[in-house]
Formats: sequence, structure tokens, C-alpha cells
Amino acid sequence: TAGRFLRLLFLLCILHYEAGQVFGVWPMPQQITQSTDRYLLSPQSFSFSYSKDSAAQSGCSVLDSAFKRYYSLIFPDAADGARKTEFSINTLVAAGAAALKAQSVWGALRGRVYSLIYSLHCIYYFVNKTEIQDFPRFEFRGLLLDTSRHYLPLNAILKTLDAMAYSKFNVFHWHIVDDPSFPYQSYSYPDLSSKGAFHPMTHIYTQSDVKRVISHARMRGIRVIPEFDTPGHTQSWGKGQPNLLTPCYKGDVPSGTFGPVNPILDSTYQFMSGLFKEMKSVFPDSYVHLGGDEVNFACWKSNPNVRAFMTKMGFGHDYTKLESYYIENIVNISSALNKTPIVWQDVFDYRERIPKDTVLEIWKGVPADYRTELAKITHAGYRVLLSAPWYINHISYGQDWRNSYTVQPQNFSGTDQQKALVIGGEVCMWGEYVDATNLHPRLWPRACAAAERLWSNEEMTSNVDQAFPRLEKFRCSLIRRGIQAEPLFVGYCKDEYRGV
Amino acid sequence: MQPQSRDCRFAGKLRPWISYYKRRQSRAPNRQLTVLRCCCTVTEMAALRLLNFWAMLVTLSVCNGWLFENFGSYRNREADEVALWPLPQKIQISGAAFQLSSAGFQITHANGSTAGPSCSLLQNAFRRYFDYIFGNARKQGKNQQKVFDSELQELQVLLTAKDPECDGYPNLKTDESYQLEVDQPTSVLKAANVWGALRGLETFSQLVYEDDYGAHKINKTSISDFPRFAHRGILLDTSRHYLPLKAILTNLEAMAMNKFNVFHWHIVDDHSFPFLSRTFPDLSQRKGAFHPYTHVYTPSDVKMVIEFARMRGIRVVAEFDTPGHTQSWGKGQPDLLTPCFSGSSPTGTFGPVNPILNSTYDFMTRFFKEVSTVFPDAYIHLGGDEVDFSCWKSNPDIQKFMDQQGFGQDYKKLESYYIQRLLDIVSATNKGYMVWQEVFDNGVKLKGDTVVEVWMNNNVDGELQKVTGSGFTTILSAPWYLDYISYGQDWQKYYKVEPLSFQGTAEQKKLVIGGEACLWGEYVDGTNLTPRLWPRASAVGERLWSDENVKDINSAYNRLAKHRCRMVQRGIPAEPLYIGFCPHEYGGL
Repeated sequence: TAGRFLRLLFLLCILHYEAGQVFGVWPMPQQITQSTDRYLLSPQSFSFSYSKDSAAQSGCSVLDSAFKRYYSLIFPDAADGARKTEFSINTLVAAGAAALKAQSVWGALRGRVYSLIYSLHCIYYFVNKTEIQDFPRFEFRGLLLDTSRHYLPLNAILKTLDAMAYSKFNVFHWHIVDDPSFPYQSYSYPDLSSKGAFHPMTHIYTQSDVKRVISHARMRGIRVIPEFDTPGHTQSWGKGQPNLLTPCYKGDVPSGTFGPVNPILDSTYQFMSGLFKEMKSVFPDSYVHLGGDEVNFACWKSNPNVRAFMTKMGFGHDYTKLESYYIENIVNISSALNKTPIVWQDVFDYRERIPKDTVLEIWKGVPADYRTELAKITHAGYRVLLSAPWYINHISYGQDWRNSYTVQPQNFSGTDQQKALVIGGEVCMWGEYVDATNLHPRLWPRACAAAERLWSNEEMTSNVDQAFPRLEKFRCSLIRRGIQAEPLFVGYCKDEYRGV
Repeated sequence: MQPQSRDCRFAGKLRPWISYYKRRQSRAPNRQLTVLRCCCTVTEMAALRLLNFWAMLVTLSVCNGWLFENFGSYRNREADEVALWPLPQKIQISGAAFQLSSAGFQITHANGSTAGPSCSLLQNAFRRYFDYIFGNARKQGKNQQKVFDSELQELQVLLTAKDPECDGYPNLKTDESYQLEVDQPTSVLKAANVWGALRGLETFSQLVYEDDYGAHKINKTSISDFPRFAHRGILLDTSRHYLPLKAILTNLEAMAMNKFNVFHWHIVDDHSFPFLSRTFPDLSQRKGAFHPYTHVYTPSDVKMVIEFARMRGIRVVAEFDTPGHTQSWGKGQPDLLTPCFSGSSPTGTFGPVNPILNSTYDFMTRFFKEVSTVFPDAYIHLGGDEVDFSCWKSNPDIQKFMDQQGFGQDYKKLESYYIQRLLDIVSATNKGYMVWQEVFDNGVKLKGDTVVEVWMNNNVDGELQKVTGSGFTTILSAPWYLDYISYGQDWQKYYKVEPLSFQGTAEQKKLVIGGEACLWGEYVDGTNLTPRLWPRASAVGERLWSDENVKDINSAYNRLAKHRCRMVQRGIPAEPLYIGFCPHEYGGL
């Protein structure tokens, strides 16, 4: 009789089932064919396994742990499942097996079978008969977190990496230090954080914290690119590294305040060499972000030694030349360490001589402005990243994800070669008003809009109203996976967020 | 009350880092002013301006701790740590400090207090505030004691009213004033009743700080405090999104930390009906709620909210908004809503409550009878806003009724007719009512004790003038729609509102009894509610509690930044005001 009762439940489930929906797949795969045929999955008999022909086999740490992770995401109630084995059903998965093929483990991570699987209130899980061929539109799909304006506890970063993986982001741009604080604990220059962090013990990232972030990210197919922004945005550096910053003057006397990094001293470049050597050993990614944005020249102008140096170098009164001089030196330091530099667009705007493999990141302006900049930079033959339309720390009332979604990164006047130089983009969450209390609901699902723009085919995903219900479902599945993703509009999730 | 969603652009593009420096520079010069405000009453402030420097010095000596600060020879860091929010009406803080230890300090009932250990509301409050004070205390060191420090052993709570209201509910006339004297090892908190005691305990807990060695300290302090406005509310909307019980309780906690005293529970609306009615269970069980089991408030849930609020001196005013905003009601109550017509045939859609049927009033009578017993507060909010007349206009039966009643084509008269009958029904339950401003604007005859809530932002001063001119009490929520978010420090905008700035007599101004911060639910659920509300609502909290002259934005920034860290430390994920850090960052991830 228990069996009959269950079959009744099963029928009820089917009655609730609406055919033909793509259930919360986000971002949209490049090609997807789905039929209404579906398979039942049971936590007891379903498993991930390596295909016989697979180049990776058991022992591949990335996939082994991904299997484990996605199993419990698919079957969150697997623990209950054990209790219910007595009711096991005879209509197990018909075809019995599904295949997922990828060139590398990183591709395999993106093929999340889970997105297609849904449960129907009862303890059953289904997957529709589906074929997917998928690949990203852009190779660089980044998210920037700012751990200087507010310190983000390690857990907040790790959770963000989890959510990034669910949206197929693949670069964590760690804006780790800036004016307000220097939380990175350097082993070569420990004073930088002991004097420059908000608190030398509680508000820092130790070497093991950084390792943990990198390995957590790697397991999810995410690169970690740190940004050590100079010569501006460095007030906090000065506290632990005397003579690094330019002393500002009032008339003939130092005012006691400091400006950007002092570009005229050899000691500056020795220090930078040392720091970047450490970077090379700590951060495995072959790219490094060197910043280079928003340099205020007032302090340099006030300093007589800097002025003398300008004269000596024949720079006249053009301080952008001094800035270029500095950046060239820094770029050379990082190139010598085999790191490819990424810099903010300001560096290009100052017409600095930088190696051709440098990546420029566009952060300024409304669409008209960033389109011009895209055309200019790609015309000069540089690769470019777009983040200007995705400063999602700027909040407003309503569904602002729609603006992020309708961005067209390659819609600028230029040749096909130029467009190919757009390698991707980044969502930026600057930290003026963000810390662990509000980070997650402010990021998710708003960042998902850019994630789809960077992954999916633009024509297939050009309609923002069609995206809305899919994104609504996806945000509920983020909640189910423990990500504190805020609502898009009025409505509900079957499983609401239970935290505070 | 909900205008259509605004057209919002992704406007900003520059990182506003420059303002960081501007603010840092501008904050410093105001330190002296801030200090003055903290240690002296506001009226004294005005007097101070007339005095010469020496006279100032003498006056300041009363608050000797601050005196040192002004001369910079000795920075009284401990006193700096005290960031009271909202700022009490009268306060004197001295530089001398007591130490407190979790082993040696207690909160007790004073001899002669009219409340004792049988007062469970206070017993619970004692424990709660003890936990707030020592919650994060690691090892309690008795070392590091400075010579001038002695130990604070007791805070005695002395209630003076014959009935201290231990088992009562707060109401609009509740006396929330208290006096706090911390100048002996046995300090005294004096209040008429438990409600004043709760406010005083919150203030006391805010006075305690940790010094550099992690020891708990409290400066010698004298405070006499009372609220400027009697109604200090927060509106949460549990219809557009369901808010899990825990989210509501957390916000009641945060409200108490900011001395709010009314939880305006906008419990049902068009989108869902999560209130599980005993009389009409179908309202929530037949598709009126988002889900009949997981997205409802059962009678015991509601009881828990009311009791949790009572323990914190917070009234729960439920809103059952009619005749508009009722789509979800129709799912479980056939014939309640007006069928809309297209030409001569029904369209299958429904409009506002049907005002022409007797069955409607029978339903309302029984429903509000239940509501009046479930919610103990003396007031029920009846809504009455934003009624769309187009469906009524389309319905031939309604047109007939309009003719019979001689309303002509004036549908406002029909609305008034409905509201009038509803008000009579509710009056019969011995409850007072609150209504949104349209009900007053439409000329409905209201009982004298009706509270009119002003929410439309187009002519706030004019509306306050009119409502009070007609002799009605009013509360203000128009400038405090906190669901409208924007980039930057919008708390300052809320802080700068002066509710009594409208033209009117002193009598009229007395009729403004408070205000509410509203967090409508279009874009808010359990995931983002708390950081979106706090500390932005705290700005409203101080405006409604503190003296009207407490409006220095720099002083407010400094205190509020610390107050939000205090909320974070107490487990409330209150978002940051600006760049910076808390000693104990939010860890509840």
C-alpha cells in the first residue's frame, strides 16, 4: 500500500509538471535541444563517473571534488533519501547514462548537469532528455571585489567564488589593496599590512588565506588575478613603507601629507621589484593587474625634487609623461617576471609606451564614451576588457540588471580583427558601501546579467523580457544552493532564504 | 502607496573616491561642536553661544572628560567610543570611568521598585542586555585596572508606577521616559514603567565600551531621556515577498536597538495573503498565499511576533488594506471582489472589494472581529489607498447602485461609502484605526482618534497642514520610503527631514505624533531586507526620538558609524555607511 500511495504521489508530481521549459539554465548555452522525454534520477543510483575514453580519470582532484559538490547540489536531501530507500521506484533512469564531453577539466566544470534537473516537491528528481553543445563567447569573464575600502572576511570571498562558478564566471579580479587599507600580508614587506591594514591581526589576508582563495577558485575553474594598483590609490602603502609615497609640499616645506608613489627614486623600483617577485610566487596566474588609474598630479607638482626630475628628463610640465615613465618601469618589472599586465584605460589615454600584449580595462563612461574607447584601443592593436557598464556597486531602485543585460560589448565601429580584441569583461563591486553585511544580495543575481552577456550567444539572448523568468528561476536555485541572492521583483521561491 | 516602478538608469560612472578625502577633512573641524553637543543639553548649547570663552570653559568643566579632549593633551578615547543612538534628550558624561566584569556585574530590581522577579518582561530584558554588553567578551581580565577606576557592581532598575505594566502592551500614550544615573558602584535606572526601563537599558548598554585592553568600561553618566514623538514605526511588507519569521524577529531586535516602538505589519496585499485566518482559512489556503504551508503566518507565528515585539516595547499594528490592494483576497473568498466587465460581459478579472453587496460587509464584520482579537493593539491599519475606479466603472450592477445612491459619476463617493461602513464595523470592535491619507482627502467621516498616515511625497507640508488643521492626529512616512534605494549615503536625506517644518499652529504641530520608515517589498525579501533597512532606518529613529536640534550631520555620521558596528556585533547585518571597518565584522555568512 505504501507503493500505491507513492505512485499516487508520483502522479501528482506529473500533474504539476509543465513541459518544454528550460529550467533555470543560466547562462544560456550556445546550443540546446531539449525534448519533453525525461528521466528520473534517484540519489541512490545516480552517479558521476569518468568515461572510459576520458583523458582524466579518478584521481583528478578538480573533477573528483566537483562530482562531490554537484551531487549534493542536485540532491540536497540525499541524507533523507537513505531513509526512503524502502520506497525505491522501479522506473529508474531509462537510458541509464548521460555523457558530458569536454577538452579539459575546466570545460567539464561548466557542463553542470544540475541546471537541467528539477525536483517536483516530492522526493523525485528529473532530467529532460537534452543535448547541449556549449562554449563561452568571451574567454575573460571576471568579477572584481574590493577588499580595501572594506575588509571582506574570507568566507565572503569563498562564497562569492561559489556563486561565480554557478554563473560561469572564470576570473576573480582581486582589488586587494587601495588607499583605505592594505590587508594583504606580504612576507617580504610585513609592515605594509601591520601598519596599513584596518587592523593588523583581524583585518588581513595571511598567506594561507590567499592560498585558500586560489585553491577554492581553481577547483571551480576560476583564475585569481590580484590588482596592486599604483602609482595612485596607494595611501595605505605609505604607512608601512617609508619614502615610497611622494611627500607633498606647501610652498617650500613638506606639508606632511603624501601623494602617489614617488616615481623619481630608485628605491621605489627596488621595492616594486621585490613586491612583484613575491606576487609571482604567490599568485600562479600569468596575468597581473597593475592599476594605473586616477593619478592626481597635484602632489607631484608641489614637490621640488619631482619638478627637478621633470626638467632633467625633459618632460616639461607634462605630468602624464612622468606617469608614463613610472608605468613603463612597472610594466617592465612585471614583464621581466613573465607576467602579462592588465591596466586601467587611463594608461592608454596617457599614450604610454606599453608592450603589445598588455590588456586594457575600460571603466569610464556612458555607452557612447566606452564605445569610442573600445574602437580606439583595439585600433591601436591592444586587447581590451570592458567593465564600464558593469559597475554594479552603483545601485538604483528597480530592475537595473536589465541595463547590464543589454550591453553589447562588440557594438562599436571597428573591423572584425578589432572586435576579436575584446576578450571579455568584468563586473565590478567597489567597496565604498559594501562589506560582508550586504555584499551577496547586492552582487547576486545582478551580476548574472553580465555573466550571460559574456558567455552566451548575443542573438539568442537579446530579449531581456524572455530572460526574466529564467533568471527568476536561477536566482531561486542560487538561494537553494545557499547564495543570498536578492529578488528581481514581486514573487517567491519555493525554498526561501532562511538566514537573517 | 506603491507608485509604479520608476525608470531607473544605471547612472553613475565615476568612483566617488574623492569624496572620501573631502569627508575626512570636513569631519575633523567639527569635533569640538560634536563634543559640546554630546555633553550638554541642547538648550544649554544655545546659551553657550552667548558666553565668552572663559564662561564656556567653566560650563565645559562640568563634563570634565570632554574638556581634556578639547585641549588634546589627553585624548579621552574611552568617551570617544560611546556612540549613543538615538541621542538622549539630556546627557552629561564625565571622564571618570567604572569597570564592569561579567562576573561582578548584575542588573537587578531596585528596592522599592514596583516590579520584581515576577516581571518576566524585565527578567528577559536584563538577560538580553547583559548578553549584549558581555556577549563578545573573551577572557574577562580583572587586571589593567587604572587607579581611578572602581567597579560598577549593579544597575538597579527602579520602577515607580503603581502598575509597571509587566504583562501589558505599550500604547500610543505610553510613558517611555527614564532617568539613568551612573555615579556609584550601584547605579540606578529610574522609569515609571517597563517601557521606559527598556529604553533606558538600551541606552545603558550603549554606554558600555571596551577599552584597549578589552575591559568593559562605563563613564560616569547622567541621562534624562524621553521620546520627541510617540509613534516611531517601521513598515514591513510581507505580501510582495514572504518574509520568514526569523527575518521579522531580527528586525524587531534592530528596532529596539534604535528605540522604534511600532511595527506596522503590512501583512497582506494584492500579491499574497500569508495571514492564516481561523475564521476564513481559505484566504491563505486556497492560493491566496504564495504557498499554503511554507509561505503563511500561522496564528502561533503571529502570536510569537506580537510577544517578541511586546518584550521589546514594540506595538504591532497590522494593516489589512481595503478596498484596493486586495487581489489575493479574492482567491479564497468568492464574490468579495468586484467582477470587471468589458461591455456587457464579465472579463474574468476582478477589481477592488465589491462595495455594493451585503455579503461583503458580513465578511468584513467577521474578519475584523477575528483581527481585533488576534492583534491586541488599540489600532488597526485599514489602508484605503490607491483605489482604481476603472473596474467599478465597468460593472453594470455598480453603476445601478451609484444611481440608486445618487452618487452620479463620483466614484470617490462610492469609495467613501465603503470606507464609512468599514470604519463603523471596526469601531464596533472597540479598536481605533489608522488610514492612509486618501481616506481623509476623500472626506470620509473619521473618528476623532483616527491616525492619518501621510505617504504622498508631492505636497507633504500642505497635507500635514490640512490633516492637523482638521484636528486629526497624523504620522509622516512620505519622506521615508526606504525601498527607494540610491547610490551613496542616502541616510543623510532621511536624517535631515524635519517633520514639523510645515506652517501651522502649536496645536496643529502637537497632532503630528510621529512617523514611519517604510520598506515596501517589490525588491526586498529575506535575502536583502536587513542590510537594506539598517542603518538607514536608524536615521529616522533618531529624528523621531531625539530633540529637534540634534541635526549635526557630522556628529551623526560618527555616532551612526559606531552604532552600526554595534548592531553588527549584536548579529544584525547592518550595512556600512561608508569606507571603514568594524572591530568585529559581520560573520554570519
